[in-house]
Amino acid sequence: MTPSAAATSGTSAVSSAETSAIAGFRSRGSALDAGTATVVLLLLGAAIFLLIGCLQSARFATLTIEGIALGSVYGSLALALVLVYRATHVINFAQGELAMFTTYIAYELGLHGLSYWVAFALTLVIAFSLGTVLQVTLIRPVQHRSVIAVVIVTVGLFILIDGVVNWIWGGFFKTMHSPFGYASFDVGGVAIPHAYVGMVIVVFASALLVWALFRFTKLGLGMRAAALRPAAAALVGVRVDTMLAIGWGLAAALGAVAGLMAMADPSQLFLSTTLMQPILVYAFAAAVLGGLESPAGALVGGVLIGVSTTLIIGYVPQITSEMQLPFTFVVLLLILLVKPSGLFGRREVRRV
Amino acid sequence: MTTALLELEDVEARYGPVHVLHGISLAVEEGSVVAVLGPNGAGKTTTLRAVSGTVRRSGNIRFAGRPLNRLGPAAVARLGIAHVPEGRGTFSELTVWENLRLGAYTRRGSIQPELERVFSYFPWLSERRRQPAGTLSGGEQQMLALARAFVLRPRLLLLDEPSLGLAPILVAELFRIVRELNEKEGLTVLVVEQNAHLALQASDSGYVLEAGHVVLAGSSAELQADDAVRRSYLGY
Repeated sequence: MTPSAAATSGTSAVSSAETSAIAGFRSRGSALDAGTATVVLLLLGAAIFLLIGCLQSARFATLTIEGIALGSVYGSLALALVLVYRATHVINFAQGELAMFTTYIAYELGLHGLSYWVAFALTLVIAFSLGTVLQVTLIRPVQHRSVIAVVIVTVGLFILIDGVVNWIWGGFFKTMHSPFGYASFDVGGVAIPHAYVGMVIVVFASALLVWALFRFTKLGLGMRAAALRPAAAALVGVRVDTMLAIGWGLAAALGAVAGLMAMADPSQLFLSTTLMQPILVYAFAAAVLGGLESPAGALVGGVLIGVSTTLIIGYVPQITSEMQLPFTFVVLLLILLVKPSGLFGRREVRRV
Repeated sequence: MTTALLELEDVEARYGPVHVLHGISLAVEEGSVVAVLGPNGAGKTTTLRAVSGTVRRSGNIRFAGRPLNRLGPAAVARLGIAHVPEGRGTFSELTVWENLRLGAYTRRGSIQPELERVFSYFPWLSERRRQPAGTLSGGEQQMLALARAFVLRPRLLLLDEPSLGLAPILVAELFRIVRELNEKEGLTVLVVEQNAHLALQASDSGYVLEAGHVVLAGSSAELQADDAVRRSYLGY
């Protein structure tokens, strides 16, 4: 009998139940600390490796910076996946297409003469509304049936959005200019495009806002409670369905950030309906690497995937850009085999 | 005669095809502690769940004269009914403070006065407010669940098997606090309990449920003196 089992079943004497509960907590606490320490050391090692590489070679530095910028976009979409996963334990396969759709909306707003950042803000609002409406109309009716039903609805949504976008805007490529321009900073002979700096700042600022919402507001507390234990949350008066809808809205808004920042990359010349499809794969890998339940893990995972893929393509000539996606799948597979809980995931600990 | 805060009239409930409550009627007077006793599977927990709207039910349920039949759990909580479910319903991943904050989720504005009041009954909670609730012992978690329900300043507290998995000393302490809240704060309590002895000592009146029917009702003193209750539930 494990200590925690003893504590839960404990109709035994006070002292033994109490001490075994404490023992159970301690063993769990130290195991967690050892795991966290390893992860922190690994990340620290990776950071030092990248730093030394950047100081040694301008090419390495250029690739790393590009990787961080692309990775933050992956991280942003991964964060959207994690938000939905935490609330409903389902991967929203349409998350990327939703982001693509909202990018087209921003493009359309731009055509109507709105300045980029006004269109950006308006797009986030539209994305949020769209996310909540989709949750209420398409997900809610099937959400209590089964996980597979919800998954199928999200796959259907993927196809639906693709069709709608093609229908409205046609299949032709559109162009959108990077809001950050095409100039670069020159840092010790390494060119750092303004766009990359801007992408990273926008992604991390939006992630920080979402984190603050969850951490410091009553709404955020209600959303966390609804995600953790819906039945218990309802008993204290949290409107669980509303929280889930808001969660979808937030995820769609984060996805919109990912889509817009993907277009802000100076090398992303055209807006097309396939814009987010490769990015969704990287975002999956990032979310799994981060542990699926961890928002911070999703961002870190995104950056790690971004940097490692750009470096590998830059330095290993056999892996061309066509091989980038299959390579990411291999990484995904390795994570699932070696450490399915990811870097920041936690094994389910439950005390009844 | 209809002065009761909570009235159940001919309430039925089922989980899918399983019929659990076959027409339960009971009344809880304002300011009283009412115990629901009975063997496993009698429908005690389901009775509470019928009130809080976590199970589909039919029949009449009135709270302060207002029908609850069509309300879901969140709406019932907003009327001032706090339900501490079996297994406590604490959020072990959240801190003690966050759990308490959730208790008052439906209240607007500052909850500082409520927290102060709760800390006067559970002083140790104040020191451990930053600790994840999952790191508390079972007894402490049950106290936290009670405290969380009380932050709502409920008019009615539904308490489900508070003694489950707790050491006898802790159970006695828990019932002492429930009684104190009832006497000092006028809290009305409907408690489901396996431990009939303690429940009848801490309550004003009681109902005995068997197989989804009320088989016996009366004041707690009457029930304690009843031969059938003594044999079946008190063990003497």
